[in-house]
Amino acid sequence: MSLFLDFSLLLMLIIIAFAIARTRDLFAAVMFSGIYGLLSASFFILSDAVDVAFTEAAVGAGIFPILMLVVLSFVGRYERSERRLKPVPLLIALGCGAVLFVAFQQMPAFGSPDGPSHQHVGPRYIEESPSEIGIPNMVTSVLASYRGFDTLGEVVVIFTAAIGVFALLLGATGWSGHYLPLKPSSMSSHKILRIVGKMLIPLILLFGLYVQFHGEYGPGGGFQAGVIFAAGIILYTMLFGMQRAQRVIPLQALRLLTALGVLIYGSVGIVSILSGGNFLDYSALLPDDIAGQHVGIILIELGVGITVAASMTLIFFAFTLASISAGESDK
Amino acid sequence: MLTLATITLILVMLMAIARAILGPTIYDRILAVNMFGTKTVLLIAVLGFLSGRPEFLDIALVYALINFISIIGVLRFFEYRSAASKKEYSS
Amino acid sequence: METLTYLLSQLLLLAGSFLIFSGALGLLRFPDFFTRVHAAGVTDTLAATFIILGLMLIAGWGLVQAKLIMIFLFLMITSPTACHALAKSALHGQLKPEDERPDQDSRAP
Repeated sequence: MSLFLDFSLLLMLIIIAFAIARTRDLFAAVMFSGIYGLLSASFFILSDAVDVAFTEAAVGAGIFPILMLVVLSFVGRYERSERRLKPVPLLIALGCGAVLFVAFQQMPAFGSPDGPSHQHVGPRYIEESPSEIGIPNMVTSVLASYRGFDTLGEVVVIFTAAIGVFALLLGATGWSGHYLPLKPSSMSSHKILRIVGKMLIPLILLFGLYVQFHGEYGPGGGFQAGVIFAAGIILYTMLFGMQRAQRVIPLQALRLLTALGVLIYGSVGIVSILSGGNFLDYSALLPDDIAGQHVGIILIELGVGITVAASMTLIFFAFTLASISAGESDK
Repeated sequence: MLTLATITLILVMLMAIARAILGPTIYDRILAVNMFGTKTVLLIAVLGFLSGRPEFLDIALVYALINFISIIGVLRFFEYRSAASKKEYSS
Repeated sequence: METLTYLLSQLLLLAGSFLIFSGALGLLRFPDFFTRVHAAGVTDTLAATFIILGLMLIAGWGLVQAKLIMIFLFLMITSPTACHALAKSALHGQLKPEDERPDQDSRAP
């Protein structure tokens, strides 16, 4: 049964990958990427990697097609380059593939106990995590506590991406935070979507909060929650127009929130140093070690969630505002 | 019967991919992606029951949500484009 | 009572599987986009209902059932809405149903 599932999912992945590479219609390529994201997430679930599947679903099948479509509104729908067969890159790719193929024959089999991932720190984390940190979801304990430095790097990467997009698209023209005038919206013909949206958006935001705080007990955590939050706000923007969305969440507030999340994360580390431990050593935060770990994990997950939500929304707003001011048309 | 449902879901996902690749208009492709998304939700739920891990249902809920949002997003952008310049973007 | 719920859930799963298969078959074989929307949309919602109800009967009372109910409600609300949005957007994009295209032979009603 599982062999059949693995085989069919991988076969579909290969078919979709070929379709993405061969099509010239970029809209179709974005659609195929959505399917690819869903297939990857299903495959991760088959491999029992539930948190990764969560993030892949939220990002790869949700935010990524939407952001790519905003980019397409700048770039144009069809691929403009010529199709020529390029022999040198083909040979390099085939050569690397052959080398990899020979190399992995000598690795231990998939999932065997003497593979490298089961030998070094893996067993130590699995054995010590309940007593040292004490939260049921070990993925969160590794992500937030044992490897907290890596997660800080990831948050800073997302923050940098948001800054980069903002600077490239809006910074040069100096958006200066003025509001678009509230024109009578042309969206009144979308009554059904608006009513359904009004019902759903509060639930989506509530679900984002649930995922954020439930990340220690089940799959979830800051990244996934931030993406779900951003998806809810993007849905509101799409259904009700950019003008109203800017009044709900001003651009200045978004810039502030993006930086605030990273600041919270870094501050937890600094407070740990000031309390006598190492950087990001949560045991130093409170007299009781395990309670300190819990508080530290909650705070940094909050920081991650705030930054991810604000960054995704900021990127979307930046593209939309730039395309509005470039096209001078109502969206 | 759960295994029958799983096999049927995989088959249907293959057929949806076929329509996504074949579909002459972009709307066929969007429809195929939407169908693929709802089938993935059902596949996750059924797989969760088959392997006895109920926490998969959180993921199924997220997929349903994300699928809906991305379909609405695609349609809004496409409607904006096809209203703006119909000559360049044939549907 | 146990076997009754078990039988009912198997029946629901079987009905759901049949519905999604027929919906996908319609998606592949119907001639026009709007007919495909009809096939995919209607069977999607109904089949999801049956399969989730079947799973709810297996699960028994508890948190799992509550989450299944939420998934069910969400799919019931969003699946028809997405199909509506899709058909409406296709109409706005000037996609014509097949019998309104000018190059078709008009058949006698």
